[in-house]
Amino acid sequence: MSLYQQLGGEAAVDAAVDIFYRKVLQDERINRFFSGVDMEKQAAKQKAFLTMAFGGPNNYTGADMRRGHAHLVAQGLNDSHFDAVVEDLGATLKELGVADALIAQVAAVAETTRNDVLGK
Amino acid sequence: MTIIRFQGRDFAYEAPRTVLESLTEQGIEIPSGCRAGVCQSCLMRCLEGEIPVGSQEGLKPALVAQGYFLACRARPSSDLTVALADAEGLRQKAHVLAVESLNQDIVALRLKPERPLDYRAGQYVRLYRQGDLSRCYSLASVPTLDDWLELHIRRIPEGRVSAWVHDQLQVGMQVEIGDSLGQCFYTPGQEEQPLLLLGTGSGLAPLYGIVRDALNQGHRGPIWLYHGSFTAEGLYHQATLQRLAVRFPHFHYIPCVDRASPEALALNARVGSVLEVAVGEHQGFARHRVFLCGHPEMVKDARLKIFLGGASMAEIHADPFLPSGT
Repeated sequence: MSLYQQLGGEAAVDAAVDIFYRKVLQDERINRFFSGVDMEKQAAKQKAFLTMAFGGPNNYTGADMRRGHAHLVAQGLNDSHFDAVVEDLGATLKELGVADALIAQVAAVAETTRNDVLGK
Repeated sequence: MTIIRFQGRDFAYEAPRTVLESLTEQGIEIPSGCRAGVCQSCLMRCLEGEIPVGSQEGLKPALVAQGYFLACRARPSSDLTVALADAEGLRQKAHVLAVESLNQDIVALRLKPERPLDYRAGQYVRLYRQGDLSRCYSLASVPTLDDWLELHIRRIPEGRVSAWVHDQLQVGMQVEIGDSLGQCFYTPGQEEQPLLLLGTGSGLAPLYGIVRDALNQGHRGPIWLYHGSFTAEGLYHQATLQRLAVRFPHFHYIPCVDRASPEALALNARVGSVLEVAVGEHQGFARHRVFLCGHPEMVKDARLKIFLGGASMAEIHADPFLPSGT
């Protein structure tokens, strides 16, 4: 069974996306990067990100990740901010009752995007 | 062979491709992103044919109801006529039935279109003055209740369309309107869910339609309508809405003004912005269905605060009145 199936597939993403986005918006370490963005579009992006981190269907490439975050890197996006997002993601899954072993797997998938997101 | 009809041309479709792949391979540019049914960039509308199974997953009920689907997930088994999601559709003539003043700045324009307009209360239409000079206005009418289309039009200083409506349009004249647009409307189901509607100025128009539509469709959960204006003179339809609240005890009409006055007091209006007042009167917004219309700043602030207050992003429907010059 894939990670995505173990987590509960699209229904799990739907359950997580509001909680995760709310955490990110209330996280003083990173919420400045989200001020002024179109929230509806951003929620769709959060969903795509969670689907990817959950091991679900996606066609994002490293180049997409670089392009999508370049303007934020220019504003100072760095490792500490990436860590904060991964932490919020873990807290979201914890709140939904996901087992620690699966949370670690999700964090590992998210981790594979770090260098592309941060333009390293 | 299966055919996809797009912009009047026929394109061959071969399984197991998607509609998106078929059209792009044949040289048509369709906006797309993740190609996995998530980002919704490739949203299209089915005009004729059977919407392919699975291509509407994750779409808002409002979009599903209007035949929207995701091209990257659509594998049709029979012929399909499709359009881009932002295509404006057909223009048609409509007759002016009435131009009535609602307050010092806003008139109600009642129109009878030549062909019945397929719309839902809360959507908007483009009103053409001449050629392409046009503006979008929300519909305050309800298809199942009203024999006409009703638009609430605020006079914009030097506004080329609004001033024309206010000063020149008369009963019997002919205008042109476009197709119904927008995703801010009531869909049946979840009749017990609380509804929260926040509007400023002529942003009352779509909300007035949505409230009457929901009540008419038998919505049983509480419905709160907050209408805000700078002063009491900017409010309108107070008597109608108060009567509606008497007839339907689960409907609550709460006028809000920035500046207190004897008129505001007589209306039992709250002092403060619609958002401040609504936040103060509710214990969070979890499980609420929310509709926001009017001033873009209000819509933006309300979306954030109400989402943080527990409403799901998919349950927040908004129609910001974006300025379009004059």
